[in-house]
Amino acid sequence: MTMAGPQHAVIEVTDAKMSFGAVKALDGITLAIQPGECVGLVGHNGAGKSTIVNVVNGGLTLHEGRIALGGQPVDKYNVKVARDHGVRCVFQELSLCPNLTVTENTRIIHSSLSGWGWRKRASSVVRAKLDEIFPGHHIQVGALVGDLTISEKQMVEIATAFSEIAQKVRLVILDEPTSSLDASLAAQLLKYVRAFIKTGGSVILISHILGEILSTCDRIVVMKDGKVVAARPSPEFTEHSLVESMGSVVKGPSARPVRDISPGTPVLSAARRREQGLPFRAHKGEIIGLAGLGGHGQTETLTDIYLRHSGNWLREQTPKVAFVAGDRRLNGVFPLWSIIKNMSISHLADLSTKGLIHRQDEMKLVETWKAKIEVRTKNVENTILSLSGGNQQKVLFARALATRADVVLMDDPTRGVDIGTKQEVYSILRSEADKGRTFIWYSTEMDEICLCDRVYVFNNGAIVAELKGDEVTEKNILAASFMGAAA
Amino acid sequence: MIVIKRLLHKPWIWSFVAAVTVWFVTIIFTGGASAFGLTQATLTFAAFSIIVGTGQMFVITLGPGNIDLSVPATMTLAGTVALKVMDGDNSMIVPGLLVAIAIGFAIGICNYGLIKLLRIPPIIATLSMSFIVQSTAIWTNRGLRIKPPAVLADFTISTTMGIPNVAWIALILTIIAYWLLQKTIYGRWVSAIGQSILAARMAGIPVDGVRIATYVLCALLASVCGFLLANFSGGAALNMGSEYLLMSIAVVVIGGTAVGGGDSNVPGIWGASLFMFLVVSMLNTYGFDAGIRLIMTGIIIIGVIVLAGGNNSEQR
Repeated sequence: MTMAGPQHAVIEVTDAKMSFGAVKALDGITLAIQPGECVGLVGHNGAGKSTIVNVVNGGLTLHEGRIALGGQPVDKYNVKVARDHGVRCVFQELSLCPNLTVTENTRIIHSSLSGWGWRKRASSVVRAKLDEIFPGHHIQVGALVGDLTISEKQMVEIATAFSEIAQKVRLVILDEPTSSLDASLAAQLLKYVRAFIKTGGSVILISHILGEILSTCDRIVVMKDGKVVAARPSPEFTEHSLVESMGSVVKGPSARPVRDISPGTPVLSAARRREQGLPFRAHKGEIIGLAGLGGHGQTETLTDIYLRHSGNWLREQTPKVAFVAGDRRLNGVFPLWSIIKNMSISHLADLSTKGLIHRQDEMKLVETWKAKIEVRTKNVENTILSLSGGNQQKVLFARALATRADVVLMDDPTRGVDIGTKQEVYSILRSEADKGRTFIWYSTEMDEICLCDRVYVFNNGAIVAELKGDEVTEKNILAASFMGAAA
Repeated sequence: MIVIKRLLHKPWIWSFVAAVTVWFVTIIFTGGASAFGLTQATLTFAAFSIIVGTGQMFVITLGPGNIDLSVPATMTLAGTVALKVMDGDNSMIVPGLLVAIAIGFAIGICNYGLIKLLRIPPIIATLSMSFIVQSTAIWTNRGLRIKPPAVLADFTISTTMGIPNVAWIALILTIIAYWLLQKTIYGRWVSAIGQSILAARMAGIPVDGVRIATYVLCALLASVCGFLLANFSGGAALNMGSEYLLMSIAVVVIGGTAVGGGDSNVPGIWGASLFMFLVVSMLNTYGFDAGIRLIMTGIIIIGVIVLAGGNNSEQR
């Protein structure tokens, strides 16, 4: 196909303005995506990234501003127009139907897969795409999506977005695609993104992991409070200058205090999983990292520990363990409730006498934590779903930290949380650990694992290595991730 | 204006609007002569469905799949056994009530025991339980027709300050239910489990404890209702609970409680129960025969659900 004249932007949004109630989500944004470029979009939680993404994919209609596709202004822009133009989106909140198979989900997204034999065509398309992007994956396209792990769901969603059925894929929006993928899968995806760009496609990449933004994108757009505060080719940015332009105070990589926890009696221990590998134990005041490739038994270990140490029949005055969910929608938020109720639910025993809840005490607790961890909302009476993903995660954090539990289990809790808040969370963790709390932390991010006092590396459902103090390095962890378990 | 607007946003308002409308339509037909009698009868009969409906509401709030189908059998067994214990003797009223409560308690425990131990869905567990309970009721009843104690029979059919006594009892019970749901940890827990049982478990809620308490609460309310109904109607009958199966579920749904769980609505139970009884009496006044009456009732229920449901989805 030959192009006549100068190349037009795949999509161009001019002077976009949007507000939700009193909140200005977009405040006059102009964004043009050229064919064959990868644009990185960074900014804090609530900066308006997800909103602009929803405008581009047609899910939201602009209050003010114009949209042009391939140089032609469009009056009525919606999801259908966007899809017909080849704009696809991979959502941060996974949007597959859990009760359908991978193939059937592909059919839902690609309505042109109709008529006799769509099943066969859909499976071959999605299987081929999965093989292409994630070589060596173990996903059965006939499997129910609900049975897949969260990273597998993300992989399926990515593969369906890149699948070409009827129209050419021109622009794919990836909203936090690597947050639930481990390092090796993320690398595969980013490699594929580069290849896709080479063929003339465009990608908008949103991520809080600045390293991958810098290495993958051609151009980076920094957003703050609904405005673009910086937009330059990525070689002109460094991780440091990116964080600065987002408006955060840059903290150097804090020197990890090497702490030797005297091996007294563990506060928590677990036997070897599946009769393989090493047993698990945790001491008072330790921060323990669970590392390894995603979906190798870390979440199951956390859930097992939680279920074993919390009662299912009677109320406990002091819970022994608290849990911070990573898969918010599965085992985190209560969607019908306000921010207040979502935050206080684990702490109600201390906010009540004889089962009767004191509203004032509850409000006080919520306001304290809202300030401490900077939940961005005008009113804590609003429903939890009015918050952006990262802010919902902050509420879940506060829920667990507010309890008096000695042990806090965290299931990759910083997914979708911005850098400023992460720093905040890290310092809270450190100070709480110094006070004697124990943290067990599964993370898919190497930086976070390297903050831990001790690290267990998982492979195939078992602990294959234990790293202490100075042994906790990226190299050692990666090496151990590929080690088999000693029976 | 603001008050009206805010009222219109409450999901329970529609059941009351419907109830009042039907009341007027009925009164107009009779030329206003029956206004007092109709109100009295409505309050009395609605009281029974309010009591069982409240229990059912707690169970439905526990989330998708939770329902108690043993309600009619529980009512029957509690009513028959309590009458047998009292045997028309005024001094035996308290033991009779205690026996009814004990029966409700035991059935609630057994219901959840079946659900938990055999891992069968509540709909099947409570249905099979209801066969056992109903058979027990048949076995204890043996065609006996025992009159209730005179004091109790009088109490259930008379009024205090113009309002039927059973309606007062229903009012007290629903106020307690409202308080439980809104002010206590237990209420929070029920709502949390209804929204996401996994999230509830991981937030430290004793899920099994809360669920068994809720099934027991539902059975308790059913047995109290059966006890009152048996005394009110001058004796227990084996089919006395049967109409309350659909009724207990219908008043919950029409009343604006989320069918998917997590969100309950106590005032709505009142509106819906009044409405349901008024519909039947309206159709009676207009002289329809039983078949048409049932069909009309069904259509009206569906209509209200559609209306109220559409209104709900707008606010979310």
